[in-house]
Amino acid sequence: MKVLIVGTGQTLYFLCRRFTAKGYEVVIINRNREECTQLARQLAATVVCGDAGDATILGEAGAMSTDVVLAITPNDQDNLVICQLASVQFGVPRAIALANDPDNFEIFEKLGVSAFSTTHIVGSLIEQQTSLEQIVNLLPVGEGRVNVTEIVLAAGSPVAGRCLKDIALPENALVAVVIRGGQPIVPRGTNQLLAGDRVVLITLPANHGRVLNLFTGEETWRSRG
Amino acid sequence: MNNSLYIVIVGCGRLGSHLADQLSRAGHSVVVIDKKEDTFNELSAAFSGFRVMGDATRMAVLKEAKLKQADVFFATTHEDNVNLMVAQVARKIFRVPQVLARVFDPKREQVYDRLGIETICPTSVAAEVFLMAVASGQSAGGQEAT
Repeated sequence: MKVLIVGTGQTLYFLCRRFTAKGYEVVIINRNREECTQLARQLAATVVCGDAGDATILGEAGAMSTDVVLAITPNDQDNLVICQLASVQFGVPRAIALANDPDNFEIFEKLGVSAFSTTHIVGSLIEQQTSLEQIVNLLPVGEGRVNVTEIVLAAGSPVAGRCLKDIALPENALVAVVIRGGQPIVPRGTNQLLAGDRVVLITLPANHGRVLNLFTGEETWRSRG
Repeated sequence: MNNSLYIVIVGCGRLGSHLADQLSRAGHSVVVIDKKEDTFNELSAAFSGFRVMGDATRMAVLKEAKLKQADVFFATTHEDNVNLMVAQVARKIFRVPQVLARVFDPKREQVYDRLGIETICPTSVAAEVFLMAVASGQSAGGQEAT
């Protein structure tokens, strides 16, 4: 896979390091000549120095044969334009823009550009981690569109002792796995949930709060839906 | 005045302030948005419109300028990408009927034509005028020779 990343700073560096370690072909575009020299020394990536909003520079960086463009500069307007140029002019199949301003997440999507907001992702992670004591682990996947949550069922849980088929799960939610005494069980309807079980739930942001209420009985949940 | 328009202009530099002054003088309601307060000094004393200080790439700032009611929207900052972003937001999210963005880079201009955003490229406009001057000079010269 060939990835073209436009950005700066530590996020850029560590992302590139991760991608090159996975064996992806990585091309970086950065405006700052000094930073480019540093990046070229430290990473097994091609570094192009210039303005990625300029179609010539995107072309030189091989946008034509790129699978993914990732625009993570600190300026939202640059991220938007880079992604639009990449997809409209170079036909890049997937272009993703960082929305520094979380309000721009929605705007980018409305303008046809895939976006993500670190404020959304980190914010919801912290809120969800701290707002319920029974949650032991939470992982947003699909750019925050899906949550994978691991909880420990307390003795007072409304679902403790009940069979899975008798639990009225909201739509688009799933009990993926139950870990009991260190043993993972992929549950069927006839499996019973017990206090002390570690339950891994798949939810969407829209039903996350309701599902967690159902499993923990805690009403303190503040849905961000 | 019946045909008074509600016009929002982003960027109060030489072009933005000039447009704002002219349109305000013509009796239109004008709102100018700029990040820097001192740029509003470029406006003439006769300017009777509103000034909004803030970054137009922020939704809140565009809402403050009441973009939903605007008839016309001009993006005239010196940053192409700012102009392209705010013009798209004005056209596609606030549904402003007439939107025009200044874009210095002719390559970017072509892409945004395809995305349905009308742009003005000073480079292309100037080049056209120069070329016309050359052409008319040639024909004038040709006439002299005959």
